[in-house]
Amino acid sequence: MTKFERPSRRGFLQGTAIAGATLAVPTFFTRGAWAQANFCNAPKGASVVLGFNVPQTGSYADEGADELRAYQLAVKHLNGEGDGGMLNTMKPSNLKGNGILGKKVEYVTGDTQTKSDAARASARRMIEKDGVIMFGGGSSSGVAIAQQSLAQEIGVVYMCGLTHSNDTTGKDKRRYGFRHFFNAYMSGEALGPVLAEVMGKDRRAYHLTADYTWGWTQEESIKNATEALGWETAQTVRTPLGAGDFSQYLTPVLNSGADVLILNHYGNDMVNSLTQAVQFGMRDKQVNGKQFEIVVPLYSELMAEGAGEAVKGIFGTSNWDWKLTDEGTAAFTKSFGQEYGRPPSQAAHTCYVQTLLYANAAETAGTFYPPEVIKALEGFEFDGMGNGPTLYRADDHQCFKDVLVVRGKENPSSQFDLLEVYKVVPRDQVTYKADIFGGELGPYEVAGCAA
Amino acid sequence: MDTTNTTADLKSATMDADTHSAHYHTKSEVPTQLPPLGPDMRPLWPPKVDILMTVLFGIAVFSMPIWLQPFGAAYPDLMQRFAIFGIFAIGFNILFGLTGYLSFGHAAFLGIGSYAAVWSFKLLSLNVVPAIILSVLIAGVFAAAIGYVSLRRSGIYFSILTLAFAQMCYNLAYSVLTPITNGETGLRVLRNDPRVLDALVGSSEVAIPRASFFGISMTGMAGFWACAVCLMIAFYIALRITRSPFGMMLRGIKSNQTRMAYVGFNTRPYTLVAFIVSGMYAGLAGALLAVVDPLAGAERMQWTASGEVVLMTILGGAGTLLGPFIGAVLIKYFENIFSALGHTTLSDAFSFLPDGVREFAVSIVSPFVGEGWHLTLGVLFVLVVIFLPGGLAEGFRRIGRMFRGGNKSETSS
Repeated sequence: MTKFERPSRRGFLQGTAIAGATLAVPTFFTRGAWAQANFCNAPKGASVVLGFNVPQTGSYADEGADELRAYQLAVKHLNGEGDGGMLNTMKPSNLKGNGILGKKVEYVTGDTQTKSDAARASARRMIEKDGVIMFGGGSSSGVAIAQQSLAQEIGVVYMCGLTHSNDTTGKDKRRYGFRHFFNAYMSGEALGPVLAEVMGKDRRAYHLTADYTWGWTQEESIKNATEALGWETAQTVRTPLGAGDFSQYLTPVLNSGADVLILNHYGNDMVNSLTQAVQFGMRDKQVNGKQFEIVVPLYSELMAEGAGEAVKGIFGTSNWDWKLTDEGTAAFTKSFGQEYGRPPSQAAHTCYVQTLLYANAAETAGTFYPPEVIKALEGFEFDGMGNGPTLYRADDHQCFKDVLVVRGKENPSSQFDLLEVYKVVPRDQVTYKADIFGGELGPYEVAGCAA
Repeated sequence: MDTTNTTADLKSATMDADTHSAHYHTKSEVPTQLPPLGPDMRPLWPPKVDILMTVLFGIAVFSMPIWLQPFGAAYPDLMQRFAIFGIFAIGFNILFGLTGYLSFGHAAFLGIGSYAAVWSFKLLSLNVVPAIILSVLIAGVFAAAIGYVSLRRSGIYFSILTLAFAQMCYNLAYSVLTPITNGETGLRVLRNDPRVLDALVGSSEVAIPRASFFGISMTGMAGFWACAVCLMIAFYIALRITRSPFGMMLRGIKSNQTRMAYVGFNTRPYTLVAFIVSGMYAGLAGALLAVVDPLAGAERMQWTASGEVVLMTILGGAGTLLGPFIGAVLIKYFENIFSALGHTTLSDAFSFLPDGVREFAVSIVSPFVGEGWHLTLGVLFVLVVIFLPGGLAEGFRRIGRMFRGGNKSETSS
């Protein structure tokens, strides 16, 4: 039988020293692994890794799947495979179709689950484990903003996918985050006059709003735009993201005296709320002597596909549509269609364009060093990407381009031909001063994960 | 009391996951041979086996960057998660494993800890010390309030009460208290937050707001070392609680609360303290989540997060010291690594097989990785619950016993 003794002083000291030394050992092995050349994830070897962090589960999963398709296509085109898509139409362009700066493009994917926490965990996995030089993706502004903050903290460029909140390039803008997609303010500016023209200036609107940053800013922007044209706002109600059943929120609408329902919802939420509103017979009602109308300020083909019949005649805005006739759109729609047998959504378009823009900026800068790439993107004026002449404004990293007002088609010719472009609102009409939303970009140089 | 203490230590050791418990096993059958300790002979040192266990655990934790390398998990973010959720599960085990109260709402304290820490970063200082202290205290206060009400019931009613409270907290954080929690977007640290304490000693303006420990930025490996140190402290405290008379009392409550009452103990203060302590552990874990990544989102309070910690504890082994940590590591590993395996990775892995067989192998395995990682976890969970009701810790103990059983004839003399 062993005896239990208290350790002697000497024994204890020796033990402590040995334990301490043992604990310190791992640091000798790991220190080198994280002290990278001169910036975070500087590409070594013949390839460069991009990270695509999209929602693969949750309310925005359809958008995420389409974004991923676009990213894969973009990587193909950058590596010189396939027909090249918008590589051939982009002006000005330094892209050569041999990867980025001669390095073959590889990619890793992640699932944001449309949750800020999960998205950041997934992004950190890409940055710390897979060594991505740039990451992108989106569909929820909350998630985009969370990832954009991470990008700034860690020093890796984040190219936003679909995010429509004003805050992304407004009060939460970051030096390391870039947005090609349009925002709620632009939607309001573009949609307001069309609504006034079609529905009259004497209307009362009832807002149902997804309860997070995007919903809040869209509600505010649409409210401001319509009230400036003489509309009244009856009530604004916040609904939780991913609610599924909206009947409890829709029931009070008809009794509120409102004659327009504005659904600040997106993805499956919009599909559910719009379908339910139509099932409630709202569009057949007469209120205040006027036809009751429903408006969905941010529209997408994927949502129209989900909502089916319900979208007919419903107005909204869109960043891009595959039925546009310019050569960039034609080239992209053609290669996307050949690859996947379906036309791309606006989410796919913005992600594709963002990847090309990043690659082009790296080529222009001649390096992957983030501050130089950022400077190449800031103030970049380009064309041939499906939106006409577009400017990446340096002050807030927001792209300025034409905005489409779209309407659900009454007689769709196919399952993908659900929206018609009602009006193309020119870029000047939706441009605003950079300082109206506040916020600060922050520094170029961050001692990120290389520190 | 001290004699009870030692005996309690010995008895409890047999219930634990460590492989050294068997040394005690033979001893606890003959406790009368121990010299009785007088009141002036309080054991200053914890039993040797405890020290040994803590040291071994420490070595395992601090060498994670090395031994996790082959598993593809040796990157800071995931290792931080191992340590943080290890703390969360170890704390949860004090309530569930030791006291026998199954709380289905522990994620609420995790979230409260995170929010408290981020607010501390915003208002007080970017230093992690005030943030951690504040979050542990605030989580403790909330645990006291929720525990005071919930502990009036036991069994399934207690579980439902805690679940209800946690969902209330989640919904408050998600929408009602948006000014405090920033709702779905999550609460972030901004460059121009006031930070009173930082302003006192210098400037509160920073280029990039990052949590730091007196100048050491808590990102990457530094963040992991900080979490690992906290894990060691948390583990040692849990060990001492388990070995203490208080821990014995908790186990008594678990085995038969009515008997405890008849013997003359008022059990409620004990359960309440256990609840608060485990709530504070969750608060610490929440604070560390905010330390390594200064963002607090409402979704970490959701019921799925509460369920996750229950899974971790049961998978690893409820009532054991190491089990919950093992469970936490396993679940986080699945969540982060398995979920990222795709079709192409599988094809690469099976590339040694001939074409037809490879296709077949990939099609068999692919539903279990990537998005299907929950399926694998579910299968594993079912297997563990059926064949190893004591969790993975029991599995290790069985293996250990097998080895010792084989050697016994040579060494027992």
